[in-house]
Amino acid sequence: MFRRQGDRYVATFAVDEVRVLRKVASEVVGLLTDGFDHSDPVVGRLFPEVYPEDAAGTAEFRRYTEGDLKTAKIDQAGAILAALPDEAGGEVRLDAEAAEAWLRAINDARLAMGVRLEIKDGTDLGAELDDAVAEDPTSSRVFQLSVYAYLGYLQESLLNALID
Amino acid sequence: MGGMAAPQVAPVETPDTDEVPAPDRPWVTIVWDDPVNLMTYVTWVFQKLFGYSREKAEQLMLDVHHKGKAVVSSGARERMEHDASQLHAYGLWATVDRA
Repeated sequence: MFRRQGDRYVATFAVDEVRVLRKVASEVVGLLTDGFDHSDPVVGRLFPEVYPEDAAGTAEFRRYTEGDLKTAKIDQAGAILAALPDEAGGEVRLDAEAAEAWLRAINDARLAMGVRLEIKDGTDLGAELDDAVAEDPTSSRVFQLSVYAYLGYLQESLLNALID
Repeated sequence: MGGMAAPQVAPVETPDTDEVPAPDRPWVTIVWDDPVNLMTYVTWVFQKLFGYSREKAEQLMLDVHHKGKAVVSSGARERMEHDASQLHAYGLWATVDRA
C-alpha cells in the first residue's frame, strides 16, 4: 500500500501484486485499442453518453473529445506499466503527476471490473467473495473479486497519501 | 421520503439554488451515482477539477450518493461539455443537460 515519503508516493509490491497490476493495466489498454466497441458495457461506462436522450449530440461530442479521452486513459494505464518493477517484486516510487495517473488508471480498472462483476450499490464484497468461494474456490470470479477488492484498497491508500 | 407523516404546517418553499439557475446559465453538468467510485475519490475529483472547498465537494459527493445525482457546474454548453469530458477522464459518470 502507498505512503508518502517527502514529495514521493512509495509502495512495495510482492511479485504477485506486480503480476496482477501488470495484467489489469494491460487489459485496460487492450480494451481501449483492440476492437474498441461502444456496445461493450465496459466501454459504455468509461465513455458515458453525454446526452443520454440525444444520440446525435452524443456522437458529435464523441467526435471532438473521444480521441483525447482514449489517449489519456491509455497513457495513465501506461504509467502503471512503466513504473512497475520488471518480473520480481519491488518498490514503486511515484512523483505527484505519476501518482495521479495511477489513481485514474486504478479507477478505470475498477470501473471495468465492476461492470463485469455486476457490482451494485450495496454489494457486500465480503459476502460475494464467500459465496463465490463456496461455489468454486478456483473460479475466475473468486480471483476477479479478490483483485477488485485489492485495487480498492490500493486506490484508497494512494488517495490518502496524496491528500495527506 | 416515503412513509413520512405530513407536517402540520407546510414549510415555506425555498428554491433549491442548484435547480434554479440564472437565465444566462442554461446548461448544467450532472454527475450520477455509481457503485464503484470511492466516496473519497469523488470528493477529491470535485476539489481538483472545480477548485471547490473540501466542504462543498463533500456535500456534492453526498448529494450524488444519496439522491442519485447532483449538478456540479452550470454555464455555457461548451463549458459544460468540457467539464463532462474532464469528469470522464477521472472515471465519473457525467452528462450534460439543459438546466
